[in-house]
Amino acid sequence: MSHADDHYYVPHGSHWPIVGSIGLLFLMVGVSTWLNGAEAGFWVMLTGVAVVVFMLIGWFTTVIGESQGGLYNAQVDKSFRMGMFWFIFSEVMFFAAFFGALFYARNMSIPWLGGSSNNFFTNLLLWEGYESTWPTNGPGDVGGEFEVMPPFGLPLINTAILLTSSVTVTIAHHSLLAGKRGILTTFLALTFILGFAFVFLQAAEYVEAYEHMNLKLTTGIYGSTFFMLTGFHGMHVTIGAIMLTIIWLRVVKGHFTPDKHFAFEAVAWYWHFVDVVWIGLYVFVYWI
Amino acid sequence: MTTAVADAHDSHDDHGPAKGLGRWLFTTNHKDIGTLYLVFSLIMFFVGGAMALVIRSELMHPGLQFVHPEFFNQMTTMHALVMVFGAVMPAFVGLANWMIPMMIGAPDMALPRMNNWSFWILPVAFGILISTLFMPGGAPASGWTMYPPLVLQTGDAFPFLIFSVHLMGLSSIMGAINIIVTILNMRAPDMWLLKMPMFVWTWLITAYLLIAVMPVLAGAVTMLLTDQFFGTSFFLAAGGGDPVMFQHIFWFFGHPEVYIMILPAFGVVSEIIPTFSRKPLFGHDSMVYAASCIAFLSFIVWAHHMFTVGMPLSGQLFFMFSTMLIAVPTGVKIFNWVATMWRGAMTFETPMLFSLAFVFLFTIGGFSGLMLAVAPADIQYHDTYFVVAHFHYVLVPGSIFAIMAAAYYWLPKWTGYMYNETAGKLHFWLSTIFVNLTFFPMHFLGLAGMPRRIPDYSTQFADFNTMASVGAIGFGLSQLVFVYVLLTSKKGVTATARVWEAPKGLEWTVPSPAPYHTFDTPPIARVKQEAFE
Amino acid sequence: MIRKSFLGLPGLIGAGTAKADWALNMPKGITALSAETYDLHMMVFWWCVAIGIIVFGVMIISLFKHRKSAGVQSATFSHSTTAEVIWTAIPCVILLLMAVPAAETMIKLEDSRDPDVSIVVTAYQWKWHYKYQDEGVDFYSSLALPSVDARRKESGIDPYSVDNYLLDVDRPLVVPKGKKVRLLLTSNDVIHAWWVPELAIKRDAIPGIINEAWFRAEETGTFRGQCAELCGKDHGYMPIVVEVVAPDAYQAWVDTRKDGGAQVAQLEN
Ligand code: HEA
Ligand code: HEA
Ligand code: CUA
Ligand SMILES: [Cu+2]
Repeated sequence: MSHADDHYYVPHGSHWPIVGSIGLLFLMVGVSTWLNGAEAGFWVMLTGVAVVVFMLIGWFTTVIGESQGGLYNAQVDKSFRMGMFWFIFSEVMFFAAFFGALFYARNMSIPWLGGSSNNFFTNLLLWEGYESTWPTNGPGDVGGEFEVMPPFGLPLINTAILLTSSVTVTIAHHSLLAGKRGILTTFLALTFILGFAFVFLQAAEYVEAYEHMNLKLTTGIYGSTFFMLTGFHGMHVTIGAIMLTIIWLRVVKGHFTPDKHFAFEAVAWYWHFVDVVWIGLYVFVYWI
Repeated sequence: MTTAVADAHDSHDDHGPAKGLGRWLFTTNHKDIGTLYLVFSLIMFFVGGAMALVIRSELMHPGLQFVHPEFFNQMTTMHALVMVFGAVMPAFVGLANWMIPMMIGAPDMALPRMNNWSFWILPVAFGILISTLFMPGGAPASGWTMYPPLVLQTGDAFPFLIFSVHLMGLSSIMGAINIIVTILNMRAPDMWLLKMPMFVWTWLITAYLLIAVMPVLAGAVTMLLTDQFFGTSFFLAAGGGDPVMFQHIFWFFGHPEVYIMILPAFGVVSEIIPTFSRKPLFGHDSMVYAASCIAFLSFIVWAHHMFTVGMPLSGQLFFMFSTMLIAVPTGVKIFNWVATMWRGAMTFETPMLFSLAFVFLFTIGGFSGLMLAVAPADIQYHDTYFVVAHFHYVLVPGSIFAIMAAAYYWLPKWTGYMYNETAGKLHFWLSTIFVNLTFFPMHFLGLAGMPRRIPDYSTQFADFNTMASVGAIGFGLSQLVFVYVLLTSKKGVTATARVWEAPKGLEWTVPSPAPYHTFDTPPIARVKQEAFE
Repeated sequence: MIRKSFLGLPGLIGAGTAKADWALNMPKGITALSAETYDLHMMVFWWCVAIGIIVFGVMIISLFKHRKSAGVQSATFSHSTTAEVIWTAIPCVILLLMAVPAAETMIKLEDSRDPDVSIVVTAYQWKWHYKYQDEGVDFYSSLALPSVDARRKESGIDPYSVDNYLLDVDRPLVVPKGKKVRLLLTSNDVIHAWWVPELAIKRDAIPGIINEAWFRAEETGTFRGQCAELCGKDHGYMPIVVEVVAPDAYQAWVDTRKDGGAQVAQLEN
């Protein structure tokens, strides 16, 4: 333990990355061939997923082992924190692309198709009679008539759920710092339960949209942005909730101390990030 | 868990590299990974270059000689993707891996295992991309810009294209996170941020750009994928989308991307010119500010690639002005290099020669960039060989020359031997002559009206095309001299730790070749001694 | 059968600019705005040359005077705030001098109001369709047959033996001289771009969107251009030919096309 304090821990050799690359190879080739219509591609894809999951478990087990073994000094801890921060920043930019698409559609392409700015003739000659509104499935009425997802039903409940979970995870964090294990386990459990509840309700919303509202991925630009934004967000919530569960298991096993708990904080940051994205979503996709 | 701990234990012993293939597959050593990146990049440079030679052979004379138009377009597309994502970017990441820990006095990169992964994703990505050449419908043929709706006409290669771009993005993002964290967290004590060598600085900014824009590219191609397979309407006007929206998102990535390919080159040149001028870099701090300025501006100029798409007037004017502004900070860099040389005591070893050519020829490329920025004129230049001339001037005698300069500059540090200087100089002169013969005539072709991305052309364009093709073959063959230099790189005289007469920086305080592990403890005294300006 | 033109190159350089088909520079064109564009292009070019002479000049002097082999001792200075302010400020001023006239031209380019003739241009993979809005004339325009034959791989036809190889069409666009012509561009499939250098017009034809462009040709004659946006395998084979004729000749042309035009269009559909 003593040498951890003055040496930056540099692992020598690891086979996990190459396993991960092989997993990705199977995954990507599998999805691609499947999308091209080859049945077998699906199974190749599943193999890839399995290998990637195996890699993630193996890699993280190693890291957790090293961490518990006391190999990481404060500087390593800081590297992890910075790494997580920049990773989240990259995720923010990924969402930015889709939000950008939403803003572009609402403020540029839809008005243009309706004849504004330098697009008088676009409307007159190609889309006569189309008036720009939002939500819309475009002048071609792509996907047919649909209902708009109302902001104050399920989505509002979901907002409440996520906001609450943000509070519970913060309480858990403070309890961790104060060394109150009991409160920590309870509130962390609450957090991931709320997370899964969110995912469940979101799924219910999708079923509702598909079965009763004719609101689909194929419902023009409204359907596209709605499902891509909420879908990617939902995926992130799912991943976040799984990570919370793992962290909870680690807490139960007695990992983390008031001054060493990078993994906990990383997941908490991630959870807050998912939360902030949701607020953006709620405002711009559901509400206004 | 116990094994992990035991494993980790002997890592602190001073051991050398592992034996056999496992060394390269499992390595977490920044020098090994740097080497992997550099070798991969060189291979990709030849693959992409071979594709360029197919293009140039077909264009040698009017009339179709060798390939069908569809295949020609595939070559154009693949050439660009391979060169940009396979050759130039990995080369700079390789240099970063090798040099940054040594330059800042760190024991290794901050996240060594992830470092391995970011490299080993690349062969997968390019394996997938290159395999599309053999698929029904052939490789993607829509240009590296992948504009819809054309890209949606790609055959079976389509999803492979999308996912290989995703993988390239994943690799770049992980590489960039590693570099940022290394620079911010692993510096030796007393290496203040503004003391950092220029190469480290430019890479810090580049890594930031990478993390900011690679995810945006991922988003853009994801939308292509869903438009194609899941019926979304992002790029379909009938559904309320807009094909031009893709171009906005793509260039929001694409323009910073071109600075990603040039900022590290600025860094390399800023290391080399002071060494061979025997004089400190002029205006170190203003160089840092200029690079930051360029990075900032790069986010607000993207639509200069789109002056012909029918943007509203206000948009055109905004993007014209913001683009022109980039000339100012870039000018500061050029002037600083000139001022560094001024009243120095210069010698002209191969790295210096490549750096000097860089300054001359990049500036020419920058000038044509400025001409392109002038919107009404760009309406004439756009999608002609004038643009092709512009970007090859900034990319080939720009980025590629800087990579060559870096390779010659640090090769003795890597191998422990001086390279063959005569061969190096030969490589330089041949490259410089042929690169100009290849790309200078393209300016005339563009102005005279030759569009880009065409396999055949009207007879009035014949002569300059022939010149360019001869130049390209000459330039390609000249690169074989470089391969010769590399193959004989362990045959020369042994290099000293300093290698050159008066280089600055921590990397010159360790022996040549650099030991497998450097700076296990931070070199506090040496930082003080090197007294960075 | 391909002429080894490279062998003739030294001779060509001698003949130089005298040969019309050996253009080095952008054409001045035949509209007021193409001339303005040309002037802008030359102005920026000369600025770049001037800056280049100074920067490269200083560098070259330095390369000769400040070399170690000349026995000089290197100086040690490493910054000068005055110098840095100067070489930040001067480029800013130069850029302003370029930006103002450029903006003026840009504003004129965008003003397509009140045209005399309005033509809807629809791009197809790989041909153009022109529809004169008020005259009731419309037709397709695609690569002329001699080029179609010669362009095939191993066609055995020397491109030099074909007039205007790849730059000729079966039915050119005919427009009147001195009149404001507005193009309304769109596409039926992928993005194309309608470009005629002499008119200084290059505008994308985008499916689902109408883009506008305009010109007023001041000279009669035949002017050639090409599709300028990659649009698939035959992107290199969809040229544009514009014939500018006197207004009365134009009217005569419209009258003959009116009857025959409809039939031709029908035959082609
Ligand atoms: C390394 C890559 C790189 C770099 C550094 C640049 C640098 C610049 N580029 Fe370039 N560019 C590309 C790579 C690059 N570009 C690529 C790949 C494309 C085509 C993509 C595609 O379509 O496939 C492209 C296309 C491109 C276009 C679109 C053309 C078109 O399609 O119509 C434009 C338009 O504005 C442009 C402008 C510029 C400008 C203003 C700079 C400036 O940064 C240059 C600044 C430098 C100088 C000006 C010289 C030095 C300065 C001085 C000596 C100071 C004094 C000077 C003055 C005041 C004039 N570039
Ligand atoms: C960093 C990027 C980079 C680099 C280094 C290069 C390098 C070169 N490029 Fe590249 N090029 C692009 C980026 C780059 N290019 C981009 C982005 C495009 C736009 C694509 C698009 O429109 O979508 C483009 C497009 C492009 C075109 C236009 C194609 C078209 O519009 O249809 C041409 C034509 O001449 C060309 C030529 C060349 C040449 C001759 C080189 C030379 O410098 C290459 C020299 C290297 C070699 C020649 C390798 C040496 C190999 C050998 C000697 C042996 C051969 C090996 C075997 C046979 C196994 N390039
Ligand atoms: Cu039509 Cu290119
Ligand atoms: Cu750009």
